[in-house]
Amino acid sequence: MKGYNFAYLDEQTKRMIRRALLKAVAIPGHQVPFGSREMPLPYGWGTGGIQVTASILGAGDVLKVIDQGADDTTNAVSIRRFFARTAGVATTTATAEATVIQTRHRIPEKQLREDQIIVYQVPQPEPLFRLEPSRAETKRMHGLADYGLMHVKLYEDIARFGQISISYDYPVMVNERYLMSPSPIPAFDNPKMDMMPALQLFGAGREKRIYAIPPWTRVKSLDFDDHPFRAINAPHPCGLCGATDAYLDEVVTDNRGGRLFVCSDTDYCAERRAAGHIGTDGFQEAAE
Amino acid sequence: MNEPTLLSGRGLGLDFGGITALADVDVDLWPGEMLAIVGESGSGKTTLLNVLSGRMAPDQGAVWYRDPTGHLHDVHAMPAPALRTLHRSDWGFVHQDPRQNLRMGVSAGGNVGERLMAQGARHYGNIRAAALDWLAQVEIDARRIDDLPRTFSGGMLQRLQIARTLVTHPRLVFMDEPTGGLDVSVQARLLDLIRSLVTRLRIAVVLVTHDIAVARLLAHRIAVMQRGRIVETGLTDQVLDDPRHPYTQLLVSSVLNA
Repeated sequence: MKGYNFAYLDEQTKRMIRRALLKAVAIPGHQVPFGSREMPLPYGWGTGGIQVTASILGAGDVLKVIDQGADDTTNAVSIRRFFARTAGVATTTATAEATVIQTRHRIPEKQLREDQIIVYQVPQPEPLFRLEPSRAETKRMHGLADYGLMHVKLYEDIARFGQISISYDYPVMVNERYLMSPSPIPAFDNPKMDMMPALQLFGAGREKRIYAIPPWTRVKSLDFDDHPFRAINAPHPCGLCGATDAYLDEVVTDNRGGRLFVCSDTDYCAERRAAGHIGTDGFQEAAE
Repeated sequence: MNEPTLLSGRGLGLDFGGITALADVDVDLWPGEMLAIVGESGSGKTTLLNVLSGRMAPDQGAVWYRDPTGHLHDVHAMPAPALRTLHRSDWGFVHQDPRQNLRMGVSAGGNVGERLMAQGARHYGNIRAAALDWLAQVEIDARRIDDLPRTFSGGMLQRLQIARTLVTHPRLVFMDEPTGGLDVSVQARLLDLIRSLVTRLRIAVVLVTHDIAVARLLAHRIAVMQRGRIVETGLTDQVLDDPRHPYTQLLVSSVLNA
């Protein structure tokens, strides 16, 4: 695109972000500060993720962008189009074809590969921020691996509700050292982070932090021995494709209490339907 | 006392600008012993407590701590993580204001369990059982376990703080005016509780107080401070019944029925 550098950001900024990324990969789960730039979209819409993506994108990359698992929502469509225009890279909705996947709030159902990179948009990188208001103190806690406080939160949940009530942004321990916020993905997706073959990068634009999980790294969701971590999902098969192993969205279909549970990963659902799988509320693709 | 000391301060000195907070202070503490540091306000008691517990670095001198395996550690030369570990396992700190130590937004049970979880306890049932046990030991009704500390009275808060501190069975506890700000009947119960717990668990205590009566009731030994110096030290009864230093004489005679 004329008048813009490749992938929007200038080369010096990309260089600075890449240095932060290298440091983040070297210390899995550790939050690295970086000079976050103004982007042509508001904070909370993925300014951190988009800067990370811009810094790692090459001319030969194939980009996929998802928002809550879907390729066709506003955020996903506009970020995908943004990079198609400013970098001229190929885009796709198919998880298997992508080399870089920018995501908000989900990890694709399809197992990622070693030649892929997943970039998370992060609103709040500090997993302890609701528990300890001082950022200086949380930095010290990370430095000393002093994470008893996070377990106090889990203890309080069990004492009050009988179970750990965190359903998204469920805190994880990376490489048995750093406590990390996995970004607001559902707890259902947490196990996918463990020993993932793909590189995982996290960008928080407003909070100016980058962190990362290198491929094949241990990621453990916090829990108690007698209250183990549970991946929570709606107890239904997908209404369209019949999948029982995918994270489901609940869609209100009418005002008489009608509900439809569908895969939140649209690509996964479409692929299954194309292969002939059909759910109770589905219809034959060929009959369309 | 042939046993080796648990904690020793040697030649401690600290200035705040032109003010001498500590000068040439030597302190020894043996396992299971209760040492009271008394003196008027501004005499350096709390500063000494902060220096001994590693929370404040002295200008001169060193503090030595003997760990359970018998190794001596220079408290102020210890790496920060090691000192932090010490503070949440082998050591405890009881503040005058329990709100400084407690998490007011976390239930009583969570407050008691935090040190256990910080040490790596990962079994909810066990943590809960330990919390219930400790609430009983400090005479707090087990039904209050899920209540927030802000619904507790001042005396209960102080007892909760003690439960939270002692749950990891520390060998050494620093107490800064633990009975300050409580009314007399509550004070008496609390003193009784501290004395029985400390004796039963054989915890060494460094107790800072301006109240001679508290020192007499609890402490085995006493150190009298004036203007940053220890002017007299010895067995509590000996010092209080037969004070030698003019300042100690003044201090003792100024208290009725001490």
